[in-house]
Parts: sequence; structure tokens; C-alpha cells
Amino acid sequence: MTLSISLTINGERRDIALDDPRVTLLDLLRERLDLAGTKKGCDRGQCGACTILVDGRRINSCLALAVSHDGAAITTIEGIAQGDRLHAVQAAFIAHDALQCGFCTPGQIMSAIGLMSESQAGDDPERIREAMSGNLCRCGAYAGITEAVLEAQAQLAAPKTERAA
Amino acid sequence: MNRFDYVRPNTIAEAVAAAAEPGAAYLAGGTNLLDLMKGAIAHPTRLVDVSRLPGLDGIARLADGSWRIGALVRNADLAHDPAFAKTFPAIAEALLSGASGQLRNAATVGGNLMQRTRCSYFYDTASACNKRVPGSGCDARDGDNRLHAILGWSDGCIATHASDFCVPLTAFDAVAEIEGKTGRREVAVDALHPLPGTTPERDSVLAPGELITAVRLPPAASVFARHARYLKVRERTSYAFALVSAAAGLVIEGGTIKEARLALGGVAAKPWRARSAEEMLAGVRLEQAAFARAAQAALADAKPSGDNAFKIALAERVLVRALTLAAAGTPVRVPALPASPFSSPAGVALHA
Repeated sequence: MTLSISLTINGERRDIALDDPRVTLLDLLRERLDLAGTKKGCDRGQCGACTILVDGRRINSCLALAVSHDGAAITTIEGIAQGDRLHAVQAAFIAHDALQCGFCTPGQIMSAIGLMSESQAGDDPERIREAMSGNLCRCGAYAGITEAVLEAQAQLAAPKTERAA
Repeated sequence: MNRFDYVRPNTIAEAVAAAAEPGAAYLAGGTNLLDLMKGAIAHPTRLVDVSRLPGLDGIARLADGSWRIGALVRNADLAHDPAFAKTFPAIAEALLSGASGQLRNAATVGGNLMQRTRCSYFYDTASACNKRVPGSGCDARDGDNRLHAILGWSDGCIATHASDFCVPLTAFDAVAEIEGKTGRREVAVDALHPLPGTTPERDSVLAPGELITAVRLPPAASVFARHARYLKVRERTSYAFALVSAAAGLVIEGGTIKEARLALGGVAAKPWRARSAEEMLAGVRLEQAAFARAAQAALADAKPSGDNAFKIALAERVLVRALTLAAAGTPVRVPALPASPFSSPAGVALHA
């Protein structure tokens, strides 16, 4: 049985024929669409390395069947920079040394973007840590990650003129 | 993961018909089911995808003062619905203390009620587990069982129910609306999850093909809004299942408790309503000694199922502290660490 779905991935509409309903969004991205930026850590929803945005909301792509998300708009780590201009969260991760090996970083960044759009954490580091608890970092870069999210949050909250300066 | 047929019905009636086949399972958020399928613990031959069924994603206050939450409402959306969270702060706090931001965005109300235990022997297909394979035995009995049940367990199964959401739902008399082949019925959340007895494989009273379509809170559930808390002790600060948790709601008038609602999580195969403790609290002066007596009554029938006698004392203390926090008043905003014992409003003693 072939199942046809269409997804908008990083702004581009893709029509996809699935030969198997077991394919998760994670495996679809990595194995079939050559978007390997999204990482497979535990593959069981425990580590957050596979975090992507589906219709603007962060989820674990390892626990989402592609066929169940027909019509969705997907944003992955490959889709957040504008050309050579990094997304504010990417730039803040570099500025704050918020990674060591980097394997969890795409998931951390997508999770941070998701949490900022949820507008629940604000500039409270405790709320940011709590909201990022679904993303594990075996290198233990948590202090830098929290600082990076705080800075990106502050940049997005600042008036545009200041940001351009 | 085994192979399965995938169907996506357009109506509740079509869904119920499609799921009546042996081996069928409903798929909504998928956060528990796909995990179980990847571990070969669940192996449905047909997935009935209900995630797009119309009309099941609303949060509404009805004319009689009750609230209906559609089964497809995502955990995060319910917790962050301002009117709902203001009316049922302990439910919002419980939801926000569960899982992670990513999982709360995917997991649904109906799926939360139908989630399966996190007993590690249930998850380990090399272990004996009566819940997974009826009659195979229970390796948890002589295993690593410090997290297991202290109430309502049987020789066949000592697993606990993992939901946070279900604990305040049980305390506040929530009802599940269910559709099946023979029509519609309602079951109290308190009666949804049977105790294991000799049939631990049975997680809920739902018949094959039955679908939870909504959860309803009665008008009387909203009187606790000013004094309602959820407290959850876990082995790490965030993103962990409860060791023991408690939902507490009080109505206080002139220094006297008029009404109390109490339920425990992480202690049994179901969310555990503490009715005897509620009755002891009704009509008495608001004081710590009353909380301690009520907590002892709530755990009067508790027995360790293994290396977990500490959970009995812990559950008493969690109840006392949940009552203390509820009496101090619902905070204006859910704390930065929802339901955490490390998070307490200023001026409230953490220890009774």
C-alpha cells in the first residue's frame, strides 16, 4: 500500500509517497529527504535530539508518524537561518559556548525556538531550565544553553532598531 | 515495530467501527503508543488515527457550570488555557509537571487517561510481566521495586499508574465521556482504571473499540479554585514520573475547612482518591494536626509491595504538604517548577 502525503518542509512543499505507515517524521527527514540535521538520539521521546517544529509547535519527531501529519508545516534546523545569517538562537548558542560535541544542539535550538514562541518562560532562568528539560545534553552544556536562550529571548524582545545596531 | 494497517476515519462512528476489529488501537498524539510499539510491548495490527476527528478539540464551560474538555485537546493547550487554568489550577499544575514541553505539545487528554504503566518490567520484554503477557508472572515482585505500588496491588501486579493529570481529575470527580458500538456512556475517572487483582492486563474498563471523546468536570469542582495545588515528588527536578504525588483542594470559611478533595498519584494502579481523609477534614479547624490525621487515614491500608515501605511515610508527608500549600492559597501563577517541592510561595513553611 502506498500512502501519499504532502508536507511543507522549511517553506517548500513536498509531495511524498510512503511505502510504509511506520515511518516517523524523524526517519522521513533523515533517511528519505536528506535532512540529517535533525538527530536520532534515543528514538523513544526521552532525549529531545529529534525536536522539530510542526505547525510552529515543538515536538519529538521520533514519536510522530509521518502519515499522521499529512498537510503539516515542518521546520527543521536546516530551515531557520536566512542564507548566511544565523537565527538569533543559533548565534546565541555560539556566543555562549552552549555546546561541546554538538549532537544535541539542533534539538536544543529547535526546542528553544519553540519555547520562545510559547511565551511562558520570559527572562526567568528557572522557567527556561524547566521548559528545556526535554532536551538532554550529555556534555553538560546546560549553563551555556540557559544563557543562550536568555540572550536570544532578550534580543527578540528588544525593539528592532536596537537589534539592528 | 510490527507492520500495521493505517486508517484515518472522518467521524466518531467510523472510528468506532474501524477499531472494533481485533488487534486495532487508536492513535492520537502517539507519545505513549509509538514508544510501546518501538519496544515491541504493544503490537497493534491496525492503527485507527483519530487525531483529526472533528469536534474533539474544544475546551468549554457549559451552561450548568460544568466544563467539557475534548479528548484531542493537547496537554499544553489545556494547561495554558487561561480560563480553565484559573478555574482548575491544580489540574493545570499537574499537567505542567508532567513529561516535557515537546511531549505536552503532542500528548492528548484522552491519551493521557489511556497511557500504560511505566513499570520497567512491563517495558522489558525479557522480563515476566502479567500485564504484558497474562500468566507469565511478575519479575517486579523480587526485582527493583522501590518505585512500585503501596495501595491496591495484588500478587500478580504491583505497577503504578503514571498519569499526573488523572490525579486532580479523580480528586475533583471528573467523568470520561465514551463512545462505543452500543452508543454513548460515561465513566468516572476514579472508576476508569481497575485495580490489578488477577487480571492486571486490563488497564481500563473500556471495551474493545470504545473511544474517550471528552472529559467533563462537574460544576462543584470549580469551588476549590482558591485553594488547589498539585505536589509531585520525583527523583529529578523535572521530566520524571512521580515517586508520589498529591492533588489537594480545600474550601475554607472563617478558619474552618468546609470541604476537602484529595487524591494520590504514583501509589497504585490507579489515581488514588482519599475519601476517608476528605471526610475527616470536612468541618474541622484549619490546622496542621488535622492534616496529619487525615494523611494517616489516607494511608491506613497501605502495604509495601517490595523495597518501598518508604513510600508510605513519603505519601503521608506529601499529603500534608499538599494540604499546607492548598491552605496557603493558589499562587497567581503556576510556579517556575510546577508541583515541585523545591518551589514554594514565599512565607509558606515547606515542612509541616
